[in-house]
Amino acid sequence: MTTTSVGTRKPARRSTESDGPKRTALRRGLGDLRVALLFVAPALVGFVLFYLVPTIRGIYLSFTDYSILGNPVWVGVKNYVKIFQDKLVWNAMGVTLEYVLLNIGFQTVIALGLALLMYHVAKSTLIRGVLLLPYLVANVIVALLWFWMLDYQIGIVNQVLQWIGIPRVAFFGNEFWAIPTVAFVNVWRHMGYTALLIFAGLQAIPGHLYEVANLDGASKWQTFWKITMPLLRPVLLLVMVVTITGSFQIFDTVAVTTQGGPVNASRVIQYYIYQRAFSQQDFGYGSALSVILFIILAIVAFLQMKFLRGNENDLS
Amino acid sequence: MKKALGAVAVAAAAALALSACTGSGSSNQAASGGEAKGDISYWLWDANQLPAYQQCADDFHKANPNINVKITQTGWDDYWTNITNGFVAGNGPDVFTDHLSKFGDFVKNNQILALDDAVKNDNVDLKQYQKGLADLWVGKDGKRYGLPKDWDTISLFYNKDMVAKAGLTADQLGTLSWTPQDGGTFEKTVAHLTVDKNGKRGDEAGFDKNNVAVYGLGLAGSGSGNGQTEWSWLTGTTGWTHTDKNPWGTKYNYDDKKFQDTIAWFHSIIDKGYMPKLETTVGASVADTFAAGKAAINANGSWMIGQYFGYKGINVGLAPTPTGPDGKRASMFNGLADSINAATKNPAAATKWVEYLASPACQDVVASKAVVFPAISEATDKAAAAFKAKSVDVTSFTQQVKDSTTFLFPITENAAKVDGIMKPAMDGVFSGKAPASSLTDANSQVNALFQ
Repeated sequence: MTTTSVGTRKPARRSTESDGPKRTALRRGLGDLRVALLFVAPALVGFVLFYLVPTIRGIYLSFTDYSILGNPVWVGVKNYVKIFQDKLVWNAMGVTLEYVLLNIGFQTVIALGLALLMYHVAKSTLIRGVLLLPYLVANVIVALLWFWMLDYQIGIVNQVLQWIGIPRVAFFGNEFWAIPTVAFVNVWRHMGYTALLIFAGLQAIPGHLYEVANLDGASKWQTFWKITMPLLRPVLLLVMVVTITGSFQIFDTVAVTTQGGPVNASRVIQYYIYQRAFSQQDFGYGSALSVILFIILAIVAFLQMKFLRGNENDLS
Repeated sequence: MKKALGAVAVAAAAALALSACTGSGSSNQAASGGEAKGDISYWLWDANQLPAYQQCADDFHKANPNINVKITQTGWDDYWTNITNGFVAGNGPDVFTDHLSKFGDFVKNNQILALDDAVKNDNVDLKQYQKGLADLWVGKDGKRYGLPKDWDTISLFYNKDMVAKAGLTADQLGTLSWTPQDGGTFEKTVAHLTVDKNGKRGDEAGFDKNNVAVYGLGLAGSGSGNGQTEWSWLTGTTGWTHTDKNPWGTKYNYDDKKFQDTIAWFHSIIDKGYMPKLETTVGASVADTFAAGKAAINANGSWMIGQYFGYKGINVGLAPTPTGPDGKRASMFNGLADSINAATKNPAAATKWVEYLASPACQDVVASKAVVFPAISEATDKAAAAFKAKSVDVTSFTQQVKDSTTFLFPITENAAKVDGIMKPAMDGVFSGKAPASSLTDANSQVNALFQ
């Protein structure tokens, strides 16, 4: 706050010396706008070109029949009507939800635990850095790596299971295990990164609060629930909004491993959209599905903000 | 704010207007004659064949110094995305390797050039190719959209050491018979080659089907709607065909009892433990699993010869697919061709290159590299000889063509949508989640696509 007020006051004072106050206010406003636009321009151009225009075009395409090689043909709400009759859409929604619950549930709890460990125990930068390593490997590489390690016939994990005396598991091929396995792979990749974000939130909690709690004789458990969690809430919320939105967009891991199978067990919504649009050249239908996903994600994010009071801080 | 929105609307409208302009090519004939010069691009997906076609391109350049051919190879999955994007963006290849499952849609959208005039004016001999291959590339409109470059059939790849250990001979493997009711000598052989963890064979008392060390027959997957390497070599022996007519059929026959009985038989040998469960096939390819000694026999295509015989420490043999109820063998007969992008800026040179690719000059070069079977009959024989020089006897593949026991890859419209319906449906039957009769329902969904 302080830096901005200093910055604005200076030119204002200078201009009072030359011109009348009213006109300068206007000119200053315009001058700021010009400079501001200059700074915002790169982001704005990117936003318009890569987000806004494609979104509007996507919404337009969702009302058309479009096979990419021909021209879009306007069909009204036909695609949306078809979506509500499509059993695979509802299946995909269910599968995606199962994935999100497993992924976010495990990821958040493990990341919180890791963050606490980083904060209280593992203070070496090396160890903190190592936690981030899985995140530095590309998604597809991670998926392929686990795909091979978890292979039923020649994967190392199943070999180890057999040595211990546990029967082999078809991690990606079994209807029950496919989604939990995909969720696990992504928990493994993202937990370090999520932990880092939460860790930053932990560092922002003033140390004197813990000292006071300590003096009052609060137990570790009480301190965690009464001080750490409430003060961590805004950060945790931000992390949740970002990770849940990202989690709904699960695609790459499924695309390189199960490809929606067995039967429809891992056909998550993004993969279904991809199949309809790119494999079956039904871009209108794919766009309509995307619009619906967009609306769902917007509602989810809104509800999270509303109920978890993300814009308020318990410190103030 | 209002102004900004207005600007955005203008931008969006402009984008829409621009996009509306693209993709309006018209179906016309490839140019023949005229002066051919300049650079053309050529795309293919099989890395194994790249050296052969690079050699063709070099020879072609020597004969036509004014034309340069630039070859780009990308993997199968990226390949089709790049082709589609290239068509839309207008920067696709001039000439590309085309697949039967794709070219119907390209024809429908006027993306590739017809070659009839070129064939007529330049006297391309369509009889030089293996029977049926050239006609695969005639579209629904009766025009020709590709010149054949190669073909493939199916055979049984088997582990020679395992077969010898089981006391079976190569002759026995070459004369197997099969029926959907009891599986015939084929099932008996597969059972005998299956070994559990305690060393008991599949046809012995006390065989533990839940702890199998080596499966008699490997499984690649459920085969979706065409089952090229998975089941088509057995369904083909029952007299069953995928569609009412081929090419350009409009009705699929997955509701036929002959088909469903065959698929039920496949499920039965999974149940008996002679073939791995479907869920275990997600992951390593069927060939890699074979190389790891987990299966004694694999049914696979001729394009896989290089891979199977390339594994170190595995002694591979080849046998023809078994004979069926009609006493004959069957194999899907699939072929690739080269097509010309309708948006090419250099149709004259592109046509010349396609004709060269389809000529004995280039196909003999491909034959000499022993990677695939070229489409020209004489080049096929040369390829067989080249394989022989690498001590691979490919008779099991060529015999089916000589005996005319092949049937063509089913070509229809809506191929991708059919796959979208049939993949989960076949997965369901192979995994035992649904009975084979459930395919009747899938069949009505498929046939509804054509109404």
